[in-house]
Amino acid sequence: MSGPILEVRGVEQRFGPFRALGPVDLVLHRGERLGIIGPNGSGKTTLINCISGTLRPQEGRVLFDGVDVTDVPPHRRARMGLSRSFQIPKPFTGMTVLENLLVPIDQISPSADAEDRAIAVLESVGLQRRAAHEAGDLSQLELRKLELARALVVEPKVLVADEAMAGLSEGEIDDVLAILTRLSGTGIAVIMIEHIMHAVMRFSTRIVCFETGRTIADAAPDVIAADPLVQKVYFGEQTRH
Amino acid sequence: MILELLANAISTGVLLGCIYAALALGLAVSFGLLHIPNIAHPVFVVTGAFAATVFNAMGFDPLLVSLPLALVFYGAGIAFFEFYSRIYEKRGESDTMQALTLFFGVSLVIETVLVMQFGADQRSTDVDYVGQSLTLGPVVMPYRLLIPALVAPVMVTALWLYLKYTYAGIAIRAVAHDERALSVSGIDPGWIKRHAFGIAAATAAISGAALVIVGPIDPFAGRMQIGRAFAVVILAGMGSIPGTLAAGILIGVTEALVGAFGSPSWAPAVAFTMLLATLAFKPSGLFGAAR
Amino acid sequence: MSLRENAMDWAVRRTGRTPRATRSLVFALGCLAVLALGVVLTRMVDNPYVFFAGYVVIQYVALATGWNVLGGYAGYINFGPTAFYGVGVYMAAFLVKAMGAPLPVAIAAAGVAGALLGLAMGWMTLRVQGVYFAIATIALVVMAETVIHNIDYLGGASGLALMPPQAPAWAGGQPQFMLMVMLAIAVAFVALARWIEISAMGRGLRALKASEIAAECAGVPTFRLKLIACAVSGAMLAIAGAPYVYYASFIEPGTAFSLALSLNAIAMPLIGGKRSWVGPVIGALLLATVQQAASVTISSELNILVVGVVLILFVAVAPDGIVGIVEKLTRRRGA
Repeated sequence: MSGPILEVRGVEQRFGPFRALGPVDLVLHRGERLGIIGPNGSGKTTLINCISGTLRPQEGRVLFDGVDVTDVPPHRRARMGLSRSFQIPKPFTGMTVLENLLVPIDQISPSADAEDRAIAVLESVGLQRRAAHEAGDLSQLELRKLELARALVVEPKVLVADEAMAGLSEGEIDDVLAILTRLSGTGIAVIMIEHIMHAVMRFSTRIVCFETGRTIADAAPDVIAADPLVQKVYFGEQTRH
Repeated sequence: MILELLANAISTGVLLGCIYAALALGLAVSFGLLHIPNIAHPVFVVTGAFAATVFNAMGFDPLLVSLPLALVFYGAGIAFFEFYSRIYEKRGESDTMQALTLFFGVSLVIETVLVMQFGADQRSTDVDYVGQSLTLGPVVMPYRLLIPALVAPVMVTALWLYLKYTYAGIAIRAVAHDERALSVSGIDPGWIKRHAFGIAAATAAISGAALVIVGPIDPFAGRMQIGRAFAVVILAGMGSIPGTLAAGILIGVTEALVGAFGSPSWAPAVAFTMLLATLAFKPSGLFGAAR
Repeated sequence: MSLRENAMDWAVRRTGRTPRATRSLVFALGCLAVLALGVVLTRMVDNPYVFFAGYVVIQYVALATGWNVLGGYAGYINFGPTAFYGVGVYMAAFLVKAMGAPLPVAIAAAGVAGALLGLAMGWMTLRVQGVYFAIATIALVVMAETVIHNIDYLGGASGLALMPPQAPAWAGGQPQFMLMVMLAIAVAFVALARWIEISAMGRGLRALKASEIAAECAGVPTFRLKLIACAVSGAMLAIAGAPYVYYASFIEPGTAFSLALSLNAIAMPLIGGKRSWVGPVIGALLLATVQQAASVTISSELNILVVGVVLILFVAVAPDGIVGIVEKLTRRRGA
């Protein structure tokens, strides 16, 4: 199997008279590390919702691994190998950290050694000491790690990380970047939506920039950094940070 | 003969429907606009009805006395909202459903307090016009239905104008749409929500008085009305105030027709069937924006 | 010791948990012990009041456990448990009147009817928003009662006297037999609830309770899982109603769709703790026993008032019920 792992064709989403997204075309290749940047409200999260299936686009198609998944519900996309994390962590509160990881394993790749697999992934993100703790008791950094661990415990083909590093310190950003880079080394394609520029620049092999629902640039990180349009809409705004 | 029956069924249905709309109006604010599923609202209405009977026994007109009572209910509504939001608003949105159990408990407690205070028997009001009717050709409209029914269009219009043209009213609709948008504009969304919930409670005083003029009620009368009130709000479309009147009338007329041409014993099933059908086939209701 | 074993070991020590197989064995033995105790007690006790009161208490264990499968694990509040219970009662009544059906047939038919009703309710209301499901269940009781009122064959509003088949001779009498039947149902329900809780289904339900979107994106078929929970819970509530016909011989809509029953079935899991199978059992035993003991001394209004106030207190202060309070205390002591 070759060809892109994920393809977005002419996707459009309107909320009332307000066009939140599109039309957008996007291609993600196998094993690629794609960064998506753009100011708040530029349609990044709407695009992810269309990709993961929590939102059905009004126009256009989404293809996963060559299959049209536009009308496929999110849980079936997850079973096909599409994982995502949420911008605001959504832990399964009331369950332990270990159980949080068992939920996707149960549904997507059940096995007798499920708990061992879950523990192994918790180790890889440094959460093994928290395995038996309730998910609601975790710190912000730990919640972000849990969010990632839950997305990647089922060994997806694509991981969409929605602002996985927001609110983290520099050292913690390095932690998460290391996890994602290691993951990408195993052949998983990663889409990183991020505001923290140096992290996206360091991580991505290609970057797409969004502005008012459209892609305004799609190139290698160094080209993007030099693009005057990107600088105008994005870096101009980012200098405050 | 059949036409006469039909005309009377429809006129009774319209009048009943107006009263249903009055019952549901507070819910259209608390549930429709604030998204607080206050299943205790019908019990608030019954409390309003009992308050009206108490003052009626002293010689006051139930509808007139319900206006100052509405102020008391407004205050009580705000206090209750404080209690509710202390518990839930801070726990996050996923707990809206758990909040239902709180409202459930509250409605039980109010009901039981009413029973212990007034007994389980039915109570009614004594007003001059009960027993008289307005006759228009073949259509007979008893005043005990007509007068309380007129309350509904007045309340609906007043509330609609308030929400459309006053500063606070516009803020309430803004909260319904997006809470964050409001906090940017410098208005405290907490205050706006308290205020709106207070208004919702205040309507219960007036519609309670209207309800008890129609006929005697007992402390458990709210229970029959829960399904109806939610059916009105959901059929109207969440947050649509004029739609409340239309949906109430639609349900009232259907009930009256079922009663006249089928069997009155099936009438209680009408609202529920319409509620389920709306949820299953047109969840946005008749006048609601698609969600 | 490897890092992984270390983490597992640490997790076990932290929760003080023994391996799952051992826990299940202990649970199974406990169930058998409860059943054996029931048999022994029915032989030893003479006072028939004990059997009648015991039936009511154990019926509440069954109802609270059935309600909790949907209300506790998935967090979908069913305000009309008596609608399902009543459907079970009237299904059994119909079968007894029509063909003198034996109890197992009535129980099976009630289960099917309850499951279908749960499926229908779920299918119509679950796709919108959770709150709508709850609202629809409030109205469901009125609907079910209206339907029964209009069926003359089942006695309509005035009720129906029946001649159900008598208990087998070895049981030592109808009250003793009914108590054992209800006990067997309750034990089976608790075992089923526990199995759901520790299975993938239970984890899926708890996950969607925390966040439907996150659960869906983690591969949980949320709609299907909720429908299954609706059907299972509906079947359990209806099954708990079926034996009532054999217990009472007279049924009427007022008792089959009683408010007190609904209130208790909701309040018991919420007071006991809705996150595990233990909570509804504790809540039911506690509340129902107190109510049975106090039924002579306090009025039924006061009874409802007390339950209502206690319910509000728990919902406001201790949302995880008695079990949650105990867990918090032991954790604090352990730390």
